[in-house]
Amino acid sequence: MIGIYAEISDGKFKKSVLEAASYANQMNSNGVVAFCVGSTNDDEIQKLSKYGVNKIVTIGSISFDSQNYTQILSKAIQKENIQTLILANTYEGKSIGPRLSIALNASLATNVISLPDMNQGFSVKRSVFSGKGFAYVKLIKDTKVIAITPNSIDLIERPTSISIENFDGAVSENKTNITSTHKAEGKIPLTEAEIVVSAGRGLKGPENWGMVEELANLLGAATACSKPVSDMGWRPHSEHVGQTGITIKPNLYIAIGISGAIQHLAGVSSSKVIVAINKDPEAPFFKAADIGIVGDAFEILPQIIAAAKLNLN
Amino acid sequence: MKILVCMSVVPDTTTKISFIENNTKFNTQGVQFIINPYDELSLTKAIEIAEKNGGTVTVATVGLSDTEPVIRKALAIGANDAIRVNAEPKDGLQVASLLADIVKSNAYDLVLTGRESIDYNGGQICGLLAELLSWPAVNVCTKIEFENGNMQFERDIDGGRQNVTCSLPVIASAQKDLCEPRIPNMKGIMAARTKPLSVIEPNINETGSEYFQFENPVAKQAVRMIDANQAGDLINILKNEIKILS
Ligand SMILES: Cc1cc2nc3c(=O)[nH]c(=O)nc-3n(C[C@H](O)[C@H](O)[C@H](O)COP(=O)(O)OP(=O)(O)OC[C@H]3O[C@@H](n4cnc5c(N)ncnc54)[C@H](O)[C@@H]3O)c2cc1C
Repeated sequence: MIGIYAEISDGKFKKSVLEAASYANQMNSNGVVAFCVGSTNDDEIQKLSKYGVNKIVTIGSISFDSQNYTQILSKAIQKENIQTLILANTYEGKSIGPRLSIALNASLATNVISLPDMNQGFSVKRSVFSGKGFAYVKLIKDTKVIAITPNSIDLIERPTSISIENFDGAVSENKTNITSTHKAEGKIPLTEAEIVVSAGRGLKGPENWGMVEELANLLGAATACSKPVSDMGWRPHSEHVGQTGITIKPNLYIAIGISGAIQHLAGVSSSKVIVAINKDPEAPFFKAADIGIVGDAFEILPQIIAAAKLNLN
Repeated sequence: MKILVCMSVVPDTTTKISFIENNTKFNTQGVQFIINPYDELSLTKAIEIAEKNGGTVTVATVGLSDTEPVIRKALAIGANDAIRVNAEPKDGLQVASLLADIVKSNAYDLVLTGRESIDYNGGQICGLLAELLSWPAVNVCTKIEFENGNMQFERDIDGGRQNVTCSLPVIASAQKDLCEPRIPNMKGIMAARTKPLSVIEPNINETGSEYFQFENPVAKQAVRMIDANQAGDLINILKNEIKILS
């Protein structure tokens, strides 16, 4: 059996959970079981059944603590005889994936971007060197934990019926205590965004980000920035992409006034389509881009924004 | 407070990545190695905590003798001593098992790692180590402080940030924004020469995975240029040709 960890965020399953389900339903298995902690609703559970999940094991709400999550999830997973567990490489997935691999005595692969290849034992492809390379890695233990990069796996529907089971297990008191949480309201998390509009030092100052945000809004995109921009405090650090920032893999990455330094490209080069807008025709970004526009961002962006208003739903 | 910083030695960020021996090995020829940038942050933070509260900072690396110049740099930045486990790193499980052994035999209060190493990008060590030790862990921290007898953290979560407290012992991983990395000064470099760097032989050899092939990303096709006066065409192309917008 294949298991997926179905992370709940604000009562819902994110797209990355559906990607995990799609990954699982394409592996040759006799069923997909989802495990979740916290409460959700029937509509959300039915959403999973559309992607081939036959059973969901729900665990009552507990405050997030990677150690306790691991303790209770590993018990529930062992009870279902799961051979392979799929989870998304989100921050939560990154906190519990490695721990679960120890608790389940499993091989672990993170940043995975392909379905397993069974011709060479059990191997997966993962990105390494911050997007500058790929590695094929064989997972040698009987049990496997696989963390997939968001936006790497196509959604594949495989409707089925789904049964719901509750798992009751005692957990000890959390050793870590969450004292406060701040979430940017209504913002698309960068790592999961399908479209990202990003800007660099070429924008000259934080006061000029209005047009970046306007374009992002029109495209339903998340916003990102280069390292110096977040270092100077023009934009929050959480928007910094690149080798020392966040690595992203959106379908569309629009880079405005970013030179395209190797450390920046490392974090964004796996994007499916890259658009570079830069006033310098020699900017290295044009070598990494699919579409380029040479010109002043302050003249180009208003044109693009106007066209988006006119032509997009 | 006894602090252990787990450090990996990685290729400099400007390295052109290539592979040799039929794409089975990373080509280290001409590559400059550095302290993993996230580990530089956890090292700096560990030194700050030790300076403020009293304590010692030990750096541990799993690596062969060629990592020693980089380990000396960590000593020059301000670590008190260093341990090198004389083994070639093979996967996260092997490295974490070897590090767990060090933690078990030395009674550390706080263990810090980087969010990930920039070569294999596993982001695994903090979690693996925590579970091997049965310790609590706080991942991807932008703040790590010891205040009023407790550890205080701020960490990145999907779409935001969170404050977390925990008592010792605990393990945490460093994210950018944690602090400004310290640069070694002359005095530090001189002192580093005589600071203890002990080498221990591995006594565990457990791995969970085997790397057997590498490749570089496929080179992009030539960029398609749009005239600056027709920049609005971009939307049309993305919508009707590439069908990425609707
Ligand atoms: C160890 C290390 C790690 C690093 N990690 C990262 C990382 O993770 N992410 C990252 O982004 N960087 C990283 N960097 C920094 C990186 O090397 C570059 O310095 C940085 O990406 C440059 O940012 P930028 O393109 O915004 O700024 P600049 O290099 O200043 O480029 C600005 C660009 O904007 C263009 N421009 C200027 N005005 C306009 C205009 N009006 N209209 C259009 N275009 C205009 C210019 O032609 C130029 O190409 C790292 C560096 C090091 C040493």
